Amino acid sequence: MKDFAALFTRVDETTKTTVKVAALADYLRTAPDDDKLWTVALFSGRRPKRLITAARLREWAAERAALPLWLFEESYGIVGDLAETIALILPDPSTTSDHSLSYWIAELARLSTLDDDARKAGILAAWDSLPTTQRFLFTKLLTGGFRIGVSQKLMTRALAQATGQDEAELTHKLMGNWTPQTTTWHTLIEAHDPTADLSRPYPFYLAYGLEDLNTLGPASDWSAEWKWDGIRGQFILRAGEHHLWSRGEDLMTDRFPELAQLRDYLPDGTVIDAEVLAFRNESPLSFNALQSRIGRKTVPKKLLVESPVVLMAYDLLEDAGQDIRSQPFADRRARLAQIVAAAPDAAPLRLSPAVAFDDWDSLAALRETSRDRHAEGFMLKRLNSPYLAGRKKGDWWKWKIDPLTIDAVMIYAQAGSGRRANLFTDYTFAVWNGNDLIPFTKAYSGLTDAEFRQITAWVRKNTLQKFGPVRQVKPQHVFELAFEGIQASPRHKSGVALRFPRMLRWRHDKPVAEANSLDDLNALLDQYG
Amino acid sequence: MADVLTFTDRGIYCPAGDFYIDPWRPVDRALITHGHADHSRWGMRRYLATESAAPVIRHRLGDIALDTIRYGETRRIGGAIVSFHPAGHVPGSAQIRVEVAGQVWVASGDYKTTADGLSEPFEPVRCHAFITECTFGLPVFKWTEEATLKRQMNDWWAANAAAGRTSILGAYALGKAQRLLTSVDASIGPILTHGAVENTNAVLRAQRIALPDTIRVTPDTKIADHPGALVLATPSALGGTWARRFGASSSAFASGWMALRGVRRRRAGDRGFVVSDHADWDGLNDAIKQTGATRIFTTHGYTNAFQKWLSSEGYDAHVVSTEYEGEQLDDSDDTLVDDA
Ligand SMILES: [Zn+2]
Ligand SMILES: [Zn+2]
Repeated sequence: MKDFAALFTRVDETTKTTVKVAALADYLRTAPDDDKLWTVALFSGRRPKRLITAARLREWAAERAALPLWLFEESYGIVGDLAETIALILPDPSTTSDHSLSYWIAELARLSTLDDDARKAGILAAWDSLPTTQRFLFTKLLTGGFRIGVSQKLMTRALAQATGQDEAELTHKLMGNWTPQTTTWHTLIEAHDPTADLSRPYPFYLAYGLEDLNTLGPASDWSAEWKWDGIRGQFILRAGEHHLWSRGEDLMTDRFPELAQLRDYLPDGTVIDAEVLAFRNESPLSFNALQSRIGRKTVPKKLLVESPVVLMAYDLLEDAGQDIRSQPFADRRARLAQIVAAAPDAAPLRLSPAVAFDDWDSLAALRETSRDRHAEGFMLKRLNSPYLAGRKKGDWWKWKIDPLTIDAVMIYAQAGSGRRANLFTDYTFAVWNGNDLIPFTKAYSGLTDAEFRQITAWVRKNTLQKFGPVRQVKPQHVFELAFEGIQASPRHKSGVALRFPRMLRWRHDKPVAEANSLDDLNALLDQYG
Repeated sequence: MADVLTFTDRGIYCPAGDFYIDPWRPVDRALITHGHADHSRWGMRRYLATESAAPVIRHRLGDIALDTIRYGETRRIGGAIVSFHPAGHVPGSAQIRVEVAGQVWVASGDYKTTADGLSEPFEPVRCHAFITECTFGLPVFKWTEEATLKRQMNDWWAANAAAGRTSILGAYALGKAQRLLTSVDASIGPILTHGAVENTNAVLRAQRIALPDTIRVTPDTKIADHPGALVLATPSALGGTWARRFGASSSAFASGWMALRGVRRRRAGDRGFVVSDHADWDGLNDAIKQTGATRIFTTHGYTNAFQKWLSSEGYDAHVVSTEYEGEQLDDSDDTLVDDA
């Protein structure tokens, strides 16, 4: 655990990716196989089963530290992380221990077979033998959610450095349902898997937001498609097997079982770049419908019926087993159109329609209708462009619609937690309803650190009332809020709920009396709700 | 019996002596605990502070009517007897003891109970009522031991020097920076200072406080002339254009807030050293116990939680709202001054 804690410290104290990767690679070269396997498991989202509730852990830690539970909770509110709070408030260890990461994980498994008293004794003994960082990590294993600033991608890169294997091949090896209990380091990492190539995705081409329409040149050089509000995915069909990769290189094949039928309708050796979109009656459903399917590894029947998905195809990367990414977009798209047309209408596959336009002005006018089509604006692609890897400027641009905005008055402030523990960063906003200010949304992000510091100092001096951690402040500051959508919501006092609200800017220039009103919000609701 | 000290919208007030302690609005007579900006402000007709706090206060406030007093010396002001006692916060910092008709109250300003090798060590003062800060008044705040802290800083500096990197350490210009100066091992390399830090150094050196040699960073400073240097910077200079001149570097921040992983990561430096001029949880509780006081007033920090904790421990504890700010992550001068 000491070495694992040292690794954690090295990774945690730097913001430089290269240093993180080097530290991980060092560890993955030198640690025992079982510890390496667990480290890879933890950093790829596999964690030991949670065997003790958070409530019990809080009680035990508070009791051990001889503190009332409310003070533990108060501290937790500031720290923002349960394992860290526990590690910090416990008294210094009275003994020492020198066990490996896998020993402690095995110990947790053993404790899970015992009764509550014995578990408690075991956990307290562990806490009492581990210095703060090890104690924090041990408790993290208990509470789950092992997110410590290392993505699976970074871990895979480090693994590639440590083993000399190809990163993409390792990415594939780490897919699937393995756990450290069901495999070994050798089987998982060192053995060669000849089927790996078949599921390997191409790197995604990612677009930047459009900066200046005037730099694009003649409209006739470009293709425009709606920018869909779904999940980007790469659909692969090779040797009769299909795979669906997310942009983050997650395999999401099993989450969208209805796409399996495409094996019957597409030629073998096909790779399609597409948007996975909730879709019914030839029209996209709202993102909320898709949201219900994200994060589910298996899909209940009811959801399949309520929120069916299609593959909204926009590019073809592999045709008849050949990589065609270097061909011009217009050619790739023409071939894609043939493939989609050959599939029956009932298949969950659509060609993302090309939007016809003569000049940029007419396209700009069309863009204003995006919200009505559940689209976020346009994707612009140069007709003669190849399919590049990664985020590149020049040939592909996102031309998103502007968010909806409203000017609102800050009426409550609350301190953030974790990274923002000593700043007031969470605000509640209100609009006018006659002479009253009626709260309608919260927002947390969008300001600079310097602005958050300014507001924090102001809040301290302008608190009218405290309700626990929440402070009612003088209605004095107006903020322009941006949001992506608005819905009627009977649960809210204002009757509306916003999607992705955030602070666009602090309107120093606006007196409170000139903030927007509930009528203004309702007008937006009528138009876009 | 009337209270020895009361809490007004100008500051802490003593009716028997007709004076204020660390007031934030202009008053006739102000007793000042220490030179930090939230405790010593402009606009008072007369000031009283310790001899060792006076130079910094003069440096900050200019030509003011400032009378000085030695630690432990008693003075009668109206119907009150006052004396100043070391608070261990920064050089010259004091707790102010006020006695009226046998009742003793102590206003502690900011304090720290562990010795730092620079400030006059904290001295517990017996009293009936104690006004305490609680900037770090939650049990998650426990400071790193001095010896460990020194090792952490020196290891970091030495490793950077060996790798050809400049070490940039951010800390408050008054107090924290000088304390770090006396803690690090000056044999590792040259020590460069930001102008704001060096100005305070000059004031302290003039009052015969021993500090290692330092070099002021000017527009002409070339880092190539100072390989392996440690640069002491103000928190706001860290990560800004000022710090860019040092080329390949590693940055660190020294603050009590570094005890929290989330805050450490938000600062986006390479290292966070847990060190504060304020008392940690145990320090606060020990200090209060040692005063023997039964009435406690909590000011700046986690006042509500700390008051509730003290009440549960049997104290007659109250929250007082003041305009003191405690340890900020950044210089207090970039916070908004509101018109209200
Ligand atoms: Zn201070
Ligand atoms: Zn203070």
